[in-house]
Amino acid sequence: MSQGTSDPAPNAGSEGRQLLSGWGRTAPSAGTVLAPSDVHALEELVAAPRPRGCPSSAVIARGLGRSYGDAAQCAGGVVINTARFSTIGPIDITGTVEVGAGVSLDDLISVSLPAGWLIAVTPGTRQVTVGGAIAADVHGKNHHCDGSFCSYVTSLTLVTPAGTHTVSAESDPELFWATAGGMGLTGVIVKATLQLKPVETAWLEVDTERFDDLDATMTAMRDTDDGYRYSVAWLDCTRRGTHLGRSVVTWGNHAPKDALSPGMHEHALKPPGKPRLRVPFMPPGGPVNPVTMRVFNEMWFRKAPRIRRRSLESLSSFFHPLDAVADWNLLYGKGGFVQHQLVVPQQHADVIGTAVGMMAESGIPSSMAVLKRFGPGDPGPLSFPIEGWTLALDFPAKLPGLPDLLDRLDVLVADAGGRIYLAKDSRLRPELLHTMYPRLGDLEAVRDRVDPDRVLQSDLSRRLDIGRRCAA
Amino acid sequence: MNDAFNHPQSVVVLGGTSEIGHAVVSRLVADRCRTIVLAGRDRAALELAADGFRTAGAEVVEVVDIDVVGTDRAEDAVAACFAAAGGQVDLVLITLGLLGDSQADAMNEERIAATLAVNFSWPAVAMASAARRLRDQGSGRIVVFSSVAGVRIRAANFIYGAAKSGLDGFALGLGETLRGSGVLVQVVRPGFVHTKMTAGLRPAPFAVDPNAVARAVVTGMARNQAVIWVPSILRWVFAALRLLPQAVWRRLPG
Repeated sequence: MSQGTSDPAPNAGSEGRQLLSGWGRTAPSAGTVLAPSDVHALEELVAAPRPRGCPSSAVIARGLGRSYGDAAQCAGGVVINTARFSTIGPIDITGTVEVGAGVSLDDLISVSLPAGWLIAVTPGTRQVTVGGAIAADVHGKNHHCDGSFCSYVTSLTLVTPAGTHTVSAESDPELFWATAGGMGLTGVIVKATLQLKPVETAWLEVDTERFDDLDATMTAMRDTDDGYRYSVAWLDCTRRGTHLGRSVVTWGNHAPKDALSPGMHEHALKPPGKPRLRVPFMPPGGPVNPVTMRVFNEMWFRKAPRIRRRSLESLSSFFHPLDAVADWNLLYGKGGFVQHQLVVPQQHADVIGTAVGMMAESGIPSSMAVLKRFGPGDPGPLSFPIEGWTLALDFPAKLPGLPDLLDRLDVLVADAGGRIYLAKDSRLRPELLHTMYPRLGDLEAVRDRVDPDRVLQSDLSRRLDIGRRCAA
Repeated sequence: MNDAFNHPQSVVVLGGTSEIGHAVVSRLVADRCRTIVLAGRDRAALELAADGFRTAGAEVVEVVDIDVVGTDRAEDAVAACFAAAGGQVDLVLITLGLLGDSQADAMNEERIAATLAVNFSWPAVAMASAARRLRDQGSGRIVVFSSVAGVRIRAANFIYGAAKSGLDGFALGLGETLRGSGVLVQVVRPGFVHTKMTAGLRPAPFAVDPNAVARAVVTGMARNQAVIWVPSILRWVFAALRLLPQAVWRRLPG
């Protein structure tokens, strides 16, 4: 849990020894933050990564610090702030664009949307960098149709201890896919070429429906998802009994221009604004506790319409509702929070119900629970999505009994052939990693080639023993 | 590395034959601690404990002989422990201690010096040495055992109490200097604990067993409490006892 202060997103110019933690604000560690200004400076750093006073030779990249756990920190080592890799190239007529790894999705959307282009996959926040989106192979509400972020990366440039490589899925599939979801362990991404998708407006046509239990929710999603580009369910996990897993499901498609009223046409492609709200101070206990969680979930459920068709929602309210508050993670107080996301294959969909039941039984409700259907995964050995159901849960870290509950969920998920999302992990038992990611060996084979001394390490890779057998 | 719940994966125990230390480490092993270094004076007892932790699932269990008399050797001892751990150390647990017999030793300079060395000067120097290493690592924590005997000192165990009082203050001060470094220092203040060190003594009120101490320590670590009282009620009991006039304090039984 957090100790002292830590800055999740150091500024471009901010360098030196800093205490860093993930967005969940747990398990901070101090590393030497450096922000190289060009590829040459970065190459020198990665090749001989021991600036004066830096005790360890390990290196990891960090973007906006939005991974929830310890993926973008490196205790005692060097943390590369990618903020200076910030150029956005011209968008060509086919919608491809070359962008620096430190560019945030927010910045990219601000530039591309007025021209009628949108990133093909957007996660729940725009405040992640392109480099981070590739390293976590992020997914969005359209995974069941479109797959994850790296399916739209046509090439990427990576600085490794063995030199700088520009690779695509065709030119070097092993390195490309090991980097997709590879949590930064194959090198520091400096730029990427992305395939954008055309949109007529910055609006979505959204259908919303409430369901009284989990079975109804999952049946509805299975039956109707295919008619929509985007779909997601919010679950109320604070209820027991017959209302266990009641939900609000939203489905959406991009609104064509003629769906907007004529008065809106002028602003049809207006990019989202900057966040206007901040948490004014850090509440010592944090306002998120079992009582407020229940109240919040009750309100969320009640405010949703029983059923509503074709309502217009802006891009940011549909995709990134939490971006409205710049530092919402502070609402969990000093103890921080844990986000936990699991996926199970289609044939083990019942595990979702078991998991929700276990939470209710143990009296440890998730403050926020999101359910989504995934389409087929991509070839990345560490990429999270596999075809099936994914459930994302938020918990205040200090809830008694939480460590044990999550350990039990992990066993259930691993036994079902599922896995948890490393970009959100901060506490998995290392023994389970190989069961969850059986192709870990493919990643290690690539690292043997580009980083034989295992210079690229994070607190996450050390905690989970990724590549320990070859560690220098 | 520590995880989100502050479960360490590697621990160095200075005072590796301590029953309380064993109880804490047993819980840590259940919570995924895999590397354990036990440092102490009684090799046979250390080996026996090490076997127990191996059986419980620890992967790397090392034993280090230390001599806690001369503080000039404390740095070497800590270096040997970190080397034995073979990498990142997430937790340094300092459970060294010797109650001694304050009444009998009151006029014995040699015995006083020995009691102060074991309970204060050696662990203080070792703590500083460990802190420097953890700071370089960029993360880690030190959990050091103080005692309520050092909160308000009584004649019956004043040498031990004075030494623990010094160690307690040293640890809190060291912790302040480490703010923002990723290293945390936590002080544990147990009351009367049923162990071989207290065998034969009449238990004080609120006496606990080593397992209760271990439970409190693990919870205190999860919450990053700077001071962990065991049982927690002693915080309030001693807030009151500290204010008693000496004439009353002197007459309290025990």
